[in-house]
Amino acid sequence: MQMVQEVAEVDEIIAKYGGDKSAIIQVLLDIQREHRWLSKGVLKEVSQKLEVPLSQIYHLATFYKAFGLIPKGRHSVLVCLGTACQVRGAPRLLDKVIETLKIKPGETSADMRFSLDTVNCLGCCALGPVMVVDDEHYSKPSAKEIQEITAARE
Amino acid sequence: MPRLNSAIDLERLKQEILTRADGKRIVSITNGTDGKTRHSEAVVQAFIDEVEKQGLADKVIVKSTGCHGFCEKEPSTVIFPEEICYVSLKPEDAPEIVSATLIENKIVDHLLYVDDDGNKIVHESEIPFYKYQSRIVFGNNRLIDPKNIEDYIALGGYTALAKALLEMTPEQVLEEVKKANLRGRGGGGFPAGIKWETTRNAPGEIKYVIVNADEGDPGAYMDRSLLEGNPHSVLEGLIIGAYAIGSHQGFIYVRQEYPIAVQNLSVALEQAQELGLLGSNILGSGFDFDVKVHRGAGAFVSGESSALMTAIEGRVGEPRPKYIRTAVSGIWERPSNLNNVETWATVPLIINKGSEWFTGIGTEGSKGTKIFSLVGKVNNTGLVEVPMGMTLREVIFDIGGGIPGGKKFKGVQTGGPSGGIIPESLLDTPVDFDELTKLGSMMGSGGMIVMDEDTCVVDVARYFLNFLAEESCGKCVPCREGIYQMLKILNRICEGEGREGDVEVLEEISEVVRDFSLCALGATAPNPVLSTIKYFRDEYEAHIKERRCPAGVCKALISYYIEPEKCQACLICLRNCPVGAIIGGKNLVHVIDQEKCTKCGTCFEVCPPRFDAVTRLSGAKVPEPVLAGTEVARKRGKKNE
Repeated sequence: MQMVQEVAEVDEIIAKYGGDKSAIIQVLLDIQREHRWLSKGVLKEVSQKLEVPLSQIYHLATFYKAFGLIPKGRHSVLVCLGTACQVRGAPRLLDKVIETLKIKPGETSADMRFSLDTVNCLGCCALGPVMVVDDEHYSKPSAKEIQEITAARE
Repeated sequence: MPRLNSAIDLERLKQEILTRADGKRIVSITNGTDGKTRHSEAVVQAFIDEVEKQGLADKVIVKSTGCHGFCEKEPSTVIFPEEICYVSLKPEDAPEIVSATLIENKIVDHLLYVDDDGNKIVHESEIPFYKYQSRIVFGNNRLIDPKNIEDYIALGGYTALAKALLEMTPEQVLEEVKKANLRGRGGGGFPAGIKWETTRNAPGEIKYVIVNADEGDPGAYMDRSLLEGNPHSVLEGLIIGAYAIGSHQGFIYVRQEYPIAVQNLSVALEQAQELGLLGSNILGSGFDFDVKVHRGAGAFVSGESSALMTAIEGRVGEPRPKYIRTAVSGIWERPSNLNNVETWATVPLIINKGSEWFTGIGTEGSKGTKIFSLVGKVNNTGLVEVPMGMTLREVIFDIGGGIPGGKKFKGVQTGGPSGGIIPESLLDTPVDFDELTKLGSMMGSGGMIVMDEDTCVVDVARYFLNFLAEESCGKCVPCREGIYQMLKILNRICEGEGREGDVEVLEEISEVVRDFSLCALGATAPNPVLSTIKYFRDEYEAHIKERRCPAGVCKALISYYIEPEKCQACLICLRNCPVGAIIGGKNLVHVIDQEKCTKCGTCFEVCPPRFDAVTRLSGAKVPEPVLAGTEVARKRGKKNE
């Protein structure tokens, strides 16, 4: 049932871009945002509907960082490692986040609550070092604050 | 909104808007990505509510704008027409400002900016951060709600487009941009006018114009703020360029990491379309032009112009060989002109005020202004727009307010991963494309990252190479393998395993990577390494020969040590150590177990300054620990002396 629903959602997204082949990256971005990953079944559907070979789609899916072939957690935690944040102690912030969440960048917690990733510059350097949880930005959070912020997310 | 079909319609609309706003005060509040992280959304709402409450809704306009530039002090507001500036606002400040300033015309002292000498400054233009800037492109951010095209029109927006389409030929527009010598603001510094001309003259009916908003240099966010805060300035420039080149289809490639910019852009495009400033028969001129927004998906290399065009085609965004320029053969092998966000935003100014005005600003080789993101170890972090020719020293110290915490300046990194670190001895270098390149760095897209004595330049070189190794598309051997090998060497050096001859090998590999990579990612990758070797060779030698990191950063080369004579057994470091590596107790000297210590530096940070017992050693052996159970030497103030 879920698969059928997913396929229907994918078809809707493809229709939004008029079935234009060159919009495939936009289609994949929308799917990633909806489902939090790109499953094989979904990619096969995209391949069929847009008439793009599956191998090419996998090329795209593995080239761009925004895409994931494994499901991401319900909440995304990003730590910026851009140069300005780096110079202001981002690696230490990352250490604290790793300790709190008990996962490393690129991993998802076993209970599927969190996925941790690093980013290279979010463009809010005045607040560095920065941690983003879902869409909320936090500037220079302490170890205690990191615990509170993540505990509040189910 | 009714369609505008002529320059007269545009002027009439502008006058209507100005008349409606006549006599009203404007409270413009920073509400871009920066501000939002400090709850500027709530500040805006607080003002709206308070103005409503006080019955001032017909006398005061509360405007939610993009970034004004002084990000360190956001959320901030500028109240027009007086230009009174209040900084570091919280929602609860709204009622006070509304009654004091808007109703009683008094200043709220405690919300003013305070300069280094303790003076409170009322007017925005007198704040040192702004005083020395020349905000010809960025200044309008203060007066524009990006979701309302009327604000842009009120400032004369789209009059340059009207002039170009209705009073000038495409050739005349092209000539003007060529005469202005507008050089690309994305990093390449290539003369835009010449690129436009190449595209215009290339064979083929269908041509494309592209906005490169894939701002990928870490630490640079000028384009984000321009797109978020003043999207129409970019759009207007793009349409003017399209007219000059003979293109009817444009693309705006934006990073997906900039969701607010994507949103504001979509709103802007819709509103421009509604008014007939985009689409068919723009302003009744007969010129048609359409724009598509294409989001990036997280790949630095896709910001390279040929890679970007490949991504727009729906393929993987890898660079292509450029035997034939993309201006001649770009997207779908059609002539395509790509320029950076800031470059496009400068075009309307050149058309309205003329190339002569523009060439009057800047240096011989670099005309106009440049927006920089001044970040890192600097007091006044933010976006600054300065005329070309201002020196790095003036930017960092006069505008930036120098280094926080009284630390010593070490270097400034420009040009992102393609640039280099410029040392103190060269701070009087003017900001200029060619001058910066001569030093072994480059202007780049505008990231200016200030570093102090606590920054290890070898670590910074390694950081950039690590970034590039991950972002390299892998297509060509010099870049893929060369960067990887250089990174291996740098990793060894930072981990205390540097060898004699490492620096020479780095230089050798650099030559190959620089001269034979397919695209600029590889070709400029050696810059951070070569510039640090050139200006900071002593740091490399210290790492390799003495196993010492002068800045105290490289974990493998540092140790933390608690000086027994200074320790007062306050237990703070012990409690905060994340791995329980500190042994001690009440009245007992605290000792760090060097085996367990992860060098996180927490103890160093939390030891109270009046004790100052934790030191960071590098290149020196850690003294033997005192015996367990040693009591502290109590300092009981003057009584015991």
